[in-house]
Amino acid sequence: MQLLTSSVGRKVLMAITGQLMVLFVIVHMLGNSSIFIPGGINAYAEHLHALPPLVWAFRLVMGAAVAIHILFGIQLSLENRAANAESYAVKNLKRATLASQSMLYTGLLLLAFIIYHLLHFTIRATPDIIAGVDAQGRFDVFGMVTGSFSHGIIAFVYIAAMVVLFLHLSHGIQSFFQTMGWNNNKTLPVIGKIGTVAAVVLLLGYASIPLFIVSGILKG
Amino acid sequence: MTLTLHVWRQNGPKDPGKFETYEAKEVSPDQSFLEMLDEVNEDLIKAGKDPIAFDHDCREGICGMCSQVINGAPHGGMDRTTVCQLHMRMFKDGDTIYIEPWRARAFPIVRDLVVDRGSLDRIIEAGGYTSAHTGGIADGNAILIPKDDADYAMDAAECIGCGACVAGCPNGSAMLFTSAKVSQLAVLPQGVAEAARRVCAMTEELQAQGFGNCTNHYECQASCPKGVDVKFIAKLNREYLKSLCK
Amino acid sequence: MILDGKCPTGPIEKTWDKHRFDMKLVNPANKRKYKILVVGTGLAGGAAAASLGELGYNVEAFCYQDSPRRAHSIAAQGGINAAKNYPNDGDSIYRLFYDTIKGGDFRAREADVWRLAQVSNNIIDQCVAQGVPFARDYAGYLDNRSFGGAQVSRTFYARGQTGQQLLLGAYSALARQVKAGTVKMFPRTEMLDLIVVDGEAKGITVRDLVTGEVRSHVGDAVVLCTGGYVNVFYLSTNAMGCSVTAAWKAHKKGAFFANPCYTQIHPTCIPQHGDKQSKLTLMSESLRNDGRCWVPKSKGDKRAPGEIPEEERDYYLERKYPSFGNLAPRDIASRAAKEQCDDDRGVGPGGRGVYLDFAASIKRLSEDTIRERYGNLFEMYEKITDENAYKVPMRIYPAPHYSMGGLWVDYNCESNVPGLFVLGEANFSVHGANRLGASALMQGLADGYFVIPYTIANYLAKTAPGKVKADNPECKKSVDDVTNNMKKLMSINGKKTVSEFHRELGKLMWENVGMARSEASCKEAIRKIPEIREEFWKNVKVTGSGAEFNQQLENANRVADFLEFAELMARDSLYRDESCGGHFRVEHQMPDGEAKRDDEKFCHAAAWEFKGVNAEPELHIEPLKFENVHLAIRSYK
Ligand SMILES: Cc1cc2nc3c(=O)[nH]c(=O)nc-3n(C[C@H](O)[C@H](O)[C@H](O)COP(=O)(O)OP(=O)(O)OC[C@H]3O[C@@H](n4cnc5c(N)ncnc54)[C@H](O)[C@@H]3O)c2cc1C
Ligand code: HEM
Ligand code: HEM
Ligand code: SF4
Ligand code: F3S
Ligand code: FES
Repeated sequence: MQLLTSSVGRKVLMAITGQLMVLFVIVHMLGNSSIFIPGGINAYAEHLHALPPLVWAFRLVMGAAVAIHILFGIQLSLENRAANAESYAVKNLKRATLASQSMLYTGLLLLAFIIYHLLHFTIRATPDIIAGVDAQGRFDVFGMVTGSFSHGIIAFVYIAAMVVLFLHLSHGIQSFFQTMGWNNNKTLPVIGKIGTVAAVVLLLGYASIPLFIVSGILKG
Repeated sequence: MTLTLHVWRQNGPKDPGKFETYEAKEVSPDQSFLEMLDEVNEDLIKAGKDPIAFDHDCREGICGMCSQVINGAPHGGMDRTTVCQLHMRMFKDGDTIYIEPWRARAFPIVRDLVVDRGSLDRIIEAGGYTSAHTGGIADGNAILIPKDDADYAMDAAECIGCGACVAGCPNGSAMLFTSAKVSQLAVLPQGVAEAARRVCAMTEELQAQGFGNCTNHYECQASCPKGVDVKFIAKLNREYLKSLCK
Repeated sequence: MILDGKCPTGPIEKTWDKHRFDMKLVNPANKRKYKILVVGTGLAGGAAAASLGELGYNVEAFCYQDSPRRAHSIAAQGGINAAKNYPNDGDSIYRLFYDTIKGGDFRAREADVWRLAQVSNNIIDQCVAQGVPFARDYAGYLDNRSFGGAQVSRTFYARGQTGQQLLLGAYSALARQVKAGTVKMFPRTEMLDLIVVDGEAKGITVRDLVTGEVRSHVGDAVVLCTGGYVNVFYLSTNAMGCSVTAAWKAHKKGAFFANPCYTQIHPTCIPQHGDKQSKLTLMSESLRNDGRCWVPKSKGDKRAPGEIPEEERDYYLERKYPSFGNLAPRDIASRAAKEQCDDDRGVGPGGRGVYLDFAASIKRLSEDTIRERYGNLFEMYEKITDENAYKVPMRIYPAPHYSMGGLWVDYNCESNVPGLFVLGEANFSVHGANRLGASALMQGLADGYFVIPYTIANYLAKTAPGKVKADNPECKKSVDDVTNNMKKLMSINGKKTVSEFHRELGKLMWENVGMARSEASCKEAIRKIPEIREEFWKNVKVTGSGAEFNQQLENANRVADFLEFAELMARDSLYRDESCGGHFRVEHQMPDGEAKRDDEKFCHAAAWEFKGVNAEPELHIEPLKFENVHLAIRSYK
């Protein structure tokens, strides 16, 4: 109960759910990278969907995590804004970063992206989708993705979303360790760097897919 | 030197405030910032105007009374320096200086640059102590405390309760202040017995007083005139999670 | 009148224990019926309010800062004494007692000092239990260092912030009682009058510094813990708000003021930088453990310190006091510094400074060790002077620092006005004519934690609770007096600001009733103070109104009291026709410039009774008897 109402408790929930999402994003990125192996991504997708109960259990957990994360994210942010009612005429921040200050916005943008992304590749309701099967009769994820990303705008939207993700995580990953209390003055700068590096890796890993496709290096 | 000051003037908590502009003349580089303001005030009084109200007492950086945001930085932004310890040699002739009060909902403005920081006292009242009775106490050496623990406690105990961490925090959170006391007492054997209760009560009070939540901006440490480290916030979080297990 | 300190008799070791047994107790069930007003929440007041609240009394506590955590006790850097003898270097309660009596130049009461030394050990235990992070050694034991005037290491410390840590300990104990509801805290509330009903102290009149409201609080006893008065010199090491106001108002209502001329000038302060300065900063005298005081041997030597070779330096303290050297007591060290400067051998701008040199210690111990010991002091020094004391010697000069004089109290810490108790720096009791380093913190906490909880019961047990009600005519009269006084101040609308008057008074006092005094200088002060006071009441300018947050008005009230008090201080200096401790009358010195006491005529406390602002005060005497320590010439050679 304390977890749901107290300042630290809610933060811890946000950190755990955020971290779950980070883990997902890492795995998802690794999975998506199989696109660079011929036929890889189609095989990967088929493996994933082979066990529907597992898929749904996983979706349930992630859904809950996202919901908790968003709910508390918004609630905490509103409280913080109220606590800091009047702003300074001149501001000279020394350590707070653009990323740390825009967590709510980057988070909400991510939410928008996730909705779009689900409509796009999971529900496949967007007009650009080419839903076919590949030579082995598997659902052709590869074709769907390359087809979409050959549209400059869609590729751009994805890349932009990845930048937003980068911002969110460049603060979020190290923040997780601080919130969980796994920090001291020696580890803090190190974890800060690791967090940034991880966010950069994710940015490059993800953005490379639309980038390679739209630039024609990876052809459908 | 001559400086242009834009100073926040506000008669009371409910009044609208605004900036007034003053000129500080013949400022000597050896003067402290508050001594410079004293001179401005002397001129204002002689002109029959209300002097600028600001809090101060010890003027040696230890009582935590002085509290001004100077050019957007609490205490002026010099490393480990309170306003009263800030010297005018940090400024150049012709500089423009904005002076504002601590701004946070939990710190209502009393007048001009003076704010009410009673909310910090309330956080301590909620549990920032060991319940030692006066008298009937064992010898000070009865429990040995490793030097590292004593030093760690002292690092946390350096907090002067000025509230700059709140003023600097984009969330108006008093987490650094609270964590310093929680950490000091959690690491000492004398404080361990009440550690779980203390961390819960103090964080609850922090919320009740209208402070924001910590989202790890670390601006507080940069604002703190005693350099209190955000590692104590991590320690508070740790103590908090430990208390959940109880 | 001959005053009676009500000291218990018999062997000194037994006095406090016996007295505690002899005192009356208040029934636990009755305690909450008694309301105690504690004015001031520094070490003395904070400890007292917390302890009395814990006992079950109904306590109201007041301070002028926005939080009790900010009292000036917080600024104490060096440490706190206790006779624990942890280092096994020969300390004992008796030795601490002896050192304090001798340090005070035989002008304090033996029984009070004994008690102080006795409870000193409990204080350390108490503070440790509160979580005060005293310095520890690697084995985990409490660490000690030596401090001015002592040849044993009995000083406990918490980095350079001992006062802060002790005060935060007392503050946290107080916070606990506030939470428990036994203490009601009134911050930003200044006492401006004492209410005396039928000869007993039963209340105070205060001004709420935020709203400007003037109101009375009544209770069954009043405990003043309002600190010292050296801001009478304008420039001092005290906080800006420190004042004599509470004590002076009590004095005007009948409480005797004892030994006001005993003020301490601290030897290690940062020299003044210019005439716009508002206060002086103390560098803890613990620096003298590792720093060596010197000046150039030749007069008017303007070379940089590094260019003056060893043989052309005069390490004057080591030369004059070989056994104590740089650790000679404060009054001696201060006067020695002044002598060097008067002799045109001072250093730094204006020539009012001497060097405190760490080069030898840095060489012996390494810069890191010095940094570990005094890092924060060096930082503070650099912030103020822009000089790096690891590289060039510090410059120091004496500054007013502490007031040994204060309201007269008996052994129970009760003034001559029944029901009015005075603790900490505000009373006159234990330090005689000079206070040893690290003894004020000890006194404040001793009074607050371990004396008043017992002695106040002795008074309360004899008086019915709630004797005086809020509608007592004395309350209304007091509120009217205070209000009218302020109205008068506001209506003058003259040409000079409050601080101009304060500066003027301070300068006069520093020059005439400062480190060295003479019959002529005291008379000069007595002649001039009323002139300044008169001008103040004709020509001061205070803007704004009384019904709002008004710092000018606060200051004006305080300076008005200093202007009256200063005259008493000068009179006492004139009266005390001897030199002792911090009171140095140039007419009375040994051939080598040491203070020369006159035990025949002045082995007593001089307590003054107020007779009117422009009237001469009446003198009362409390003779001092020395049965355990023999009156001797204080020698630190
Ligand atoms: C810079 C410095 C360093 C020192 N270092 C040491 C040291 O190392 N060791 C040592 O033993 N001693 C030291 N001392 C001396 C020691 O700190 C003080 O003597 C001692 O702390 C005084 O405590 P106190 O409780 O009597 O008064 P204070 O701490 O001065 O408290 C006074 C209280 O009274 C309140 N008050 C005053 N007037 C009024 C009023 N009119 N109405 C309402 N409230 C009022 C104030 O708000 C405050 O709460 C030092 C002093 C200074 C100035
Ligand atoms: C879906 C919409 C999202 C919203 C509205 C949102 C909002 C927020 C907010 C307001 C914070 C608080 C800032 C802080 O505590 O530092 C936060 C933290 C965090 N977010 Fe998100 N976020 C969202 C999505 C995500 C996603 C998709 C991830 C991971 C891939 C993520 C990972 C994190 C992490 C790790 C933290 C740090 C938690 C901590 O401080 O301990 N968030 N988020
Ligand atoms: C370039 C970047 C990305 C690509 C190419 C991509 C691709 C895909 C594809 C192809 C699927 C459908 C898989 C399937 O149903 O077979 C999918 C699902 C999904 N993606 Fe992405 N994705 C990207 C980035 C992201 C990011 C950044 C997030 C999270 C913030 C995300 C969250 C999801 C989710 C939640 C699903 C649904 C999983 C499920 O079926 O439950 N994706 N993605
Ligand atoms: S943590 Fe630092 S900034 Fe915050 S109150 Fe304490 S000293 Fe001031
Ligand atoms: S700046 Fe604020 S958000 Fe946390 S780390 Fe410090 S309290
Ligand atoms: S006035 Fe005391 S810290 Fe600045």
